[in-house]
Amino acid sequence: MSSSSFVRQEIAPAEAPPSSNAGAGAWVRKNLFATPQDTILTLLGIAFLLWAVPPVFNFVVGHAVGPGGTVDECRAQDAGACWAYISARISFFIYGFYPIDQFWRPNIVMLGGAALLIPLMAPKLPFKRLNALLFFIVFPVVSYILLAGGAFGLESVPTERWGGLLVTLIISLVGIICSIPLGILLALGRQSKLPIIKTFCVAFIELWRAVPLITVLFMASIMLPLFVPQGVTVDKLLRALVAVTLFEAAYLAEVVRGGLQALPRGQYEAGDSLGLKYWQRMGLIILPQALKHVIPGIVNSFIALFKDTTLVSIVGIFDLLNTIQAGTSDINWSAPNQAITGYVFAAAVYWVFCFSMSRYSIFMERRLNTGHKR
Amino acid sequence: MTFAPDTVVNRSAAHSPMAVSQTEVAVEIIGMHKWYGDFHVLRDINLRVMRGERIVIAGPSGSGKSTLIRCINRLEEHQKGQIIVNGTELTSDIKRIDEVRREVGMVFQHFNLFPHLTILQNLTLAPIWVRGIPKAKAEETAMHYLRRVKIPEQANKFPGQLSGGQQQRVAIARSLCMNPQIMLFDEPTSALDPEMVKEVLEVMISLAEEGMTMLCVTHEMGFARQVANRVIFMDQGQIIEENEPEGFFSNPRHERTKLFLSQILH
Repeated sequence: MSSSSFVRQEIAPAEAPPSSNAGAGAWVRKNLFATPQDTILTLLGIAFLLWAVPPVFNFVVGHAVGPGGTVDECRAQDAGACWAYISARISFFIYGFYPIDQFWRPNIVMLGGAALLIPLMAPKLPFKRLNALLFFIVFPVVSYILLAGGAFGLESVPTERWGGLLVTLIISLVGIICSIPLGILLALGRQSKLPIIKTFCVAFIELWRAVPLITVLFMASIMLPLFVPQGVTVDKLLRALVAVTLFEAAYLAEVVRGGLQALPRGQYEAGDSLGLKYWQRMGLIILPQALKHVIPGIVNSFIALFKDTTLVSIVGIFDLLNTIQAGTSDINWSAPNQAITGYVFAAAVYWVFCFSMSRYSIFMERRLNTGHKR
Repeated sequence: MTFAPDTVVNRSAAHSPMAVSQTEVAVEIIGMHKWYGDFHVLRDINLRVMRGERIVIAGPSGSGKSTLIRCINRLEEHQKGQIIVNGTELTSDIKRIDEVRREVGMVFQHFNLFPHLTILQNLTLAPIWVRGIPKAKAEETAMHYLRRVKIPEQANKFPGQLSGGQQQRVAIARSLCMNPQIMLFDEPTSALDPEMVKEVLEVMISLAEEGMTMLCVTHEMGFARQVANRVIFMDQGQIIEENEPEGFFSNPRHERTKLFLSQILH
C-alpha cells in the first residue's frame, strides 16, 4: 500500500542559474527586446538619440568657442555656445555689482560656508556639535559683517550691490535653514489640542500657501514700505529673505504634517506611557521618525525653493538668473548665441545644485534606514 | 517590593512568592464611566486592585477591556467617576498624569518599540530623560533586564531585526527599566506567531512570581489559570463576573461567561 507521507532526508543543494538568465546577452534580451513593443520602443529611442545628441553636442562642445576665445569667433557663421562670454563676465554672475576690490570678502564667505557645511553633512566626521554651532550661529554673523561691512574698518557695501550666485545662495540657504524649525513648529501647532495655537497655525499655513510667491515678494517690497512709518526702512534683501522663509515654512509644515500622520498612534502612546513630556516625546521619538519619512518631500520643497529664488528678480534683486539676464544686453559680447549660452550656463548651475541636493537626500534616506520596514 | 510580613497572605498555596497585600491599594476605580462621543464604552466600573495582585481581564472583542486598562495610565480619558493609582487621582492635571505614568508600565499588543533606536536606546530613553538617571547607570540597568528577558546579545540591534517574541520581551524590559510598581498588559501575545507566545508568557510569569502588580488583558486562559489571583470578565463595557481562576473556569455563573468560555475552551 502506497503511503502519502513524505520525509525529506537531505537538503537540495543550491545550483547556479541557467545561462539564459545571466550575462550581458540576457540583460539586453530582458531589458531591450523582451517583447515586440519593447523592440519598437528601443529602436525609437535609439533614433531619437541619433537625432538629438549630435546637434546638442556640437552646440555645447563641438562648435563652441572656449573660455579663451574672442567675440569675433562667437560672431562666426556656425559658432556654437560662446563660453568665452561666460568666462569674461563670470565675476558679474557670481558677485553682481559687488566692488571688484572687495571680492575677497564674498570669497571668504563662500569658501567658509562650504568648509563648514560639507563636514556637517558627512555623517562620519566628528565634532558635529561644534560644527553645527559654527555653521548655524557664528557663520551667519561673521558672513553678514564681512559682506555688509561698515565695521572693523571694512568698507560698507549695501545689499543693493550684492548679486549673482552669491545672492542666490544667500536666499536659498537662509530660506532652507530658517524654514525648517518654523515649518516643524507650524506642523506641530496644527496638531495642537489648544484651539488658539491650532487656529493660528492653520490660518498661517493656508494663507501663505494660497498666495503665489511673486505676490508675496511684491507685497514685501512694494506694499510693506507703505504701511510702516516714514523714516523706517527695512532692507530690500532682508524683506525678500523673510518672505521666502515664511513662504517655505508654510509648505514645509504640510510636508512634516504628512510625516507626523504617517506614524502609528502606538508610537505616541508608547512615549506617553513611559512618562515622557510633550517636547521629549516629539524630539526623541516622533520627529526623528516623521522627518525621516518625509526627507524626499522636504528636499523636493528645497529644490523648488532654490529655483524659486529666481523670482526675486521681479523686485529688483540681482540673483544669478537676473545677472545673466542683464548680461545679455552687454554689446561688447553681442553674438547670435550670447543669450542662449547664458541661459544654458544658468541651467547648468541650477542643475548642479539641485541634483546635489537630490543625491544627498537619497544618501541620507539610505543611511537613516534602520530596517524597520520588513 | 516592600511588604510588611504581617500584611501578606498567600491566596494561592502553590505559588508561595506571589503575595497579595491586604492593606495597600494599587489601583482603585470607583463608579467610572467613559464615552466615545455618544457611545457608552465603559459603564459603572468599580475595581480595587491590591498591591501584588495579578488580574486577568477577559471578554469578547469590543467589550471595553483594553479601554479599561488604558484608562489606568490615562491613554484614555474617563468622563465620570474616579481612578486612583498609587494614591494619585487621575484628573486632567498633567503633573498627576506624568506622576502616574512614571510608576505604571505598559506593554502593548503591537510592542510599539521605537524603530529608529537600538534596543539599548529603547530601554534607556525613559530612564535617562524621565528619571534623570546617568547614561552609564541606565545602560547597566537595561542590560540587567535584557538578560532577564534572555536577549542581552540583541542590545545593539534595531527592533526591525528582531522577531515578534523578542520585540515583545524588549517591550517588557523597556517598561521594567522604569522600575514601575504596576504593569499593564494589553493583549501582549495576540500579535505573536504561535511559536513565540510561550517565551513572552514565561517572562510575564516570572514577573508575577516576583510580586509585580499586574493587570493583564489576554486570551491566554492557561496563563490566567496559572498566574492570576482574580479573573474579571467584561461584556458591553461592564464587569459582568469576577472570581478566582478556579471558580471562574470551573463554575462560571453568568450566562455570557459560560457562552464565552465554551467558545474559547475547546
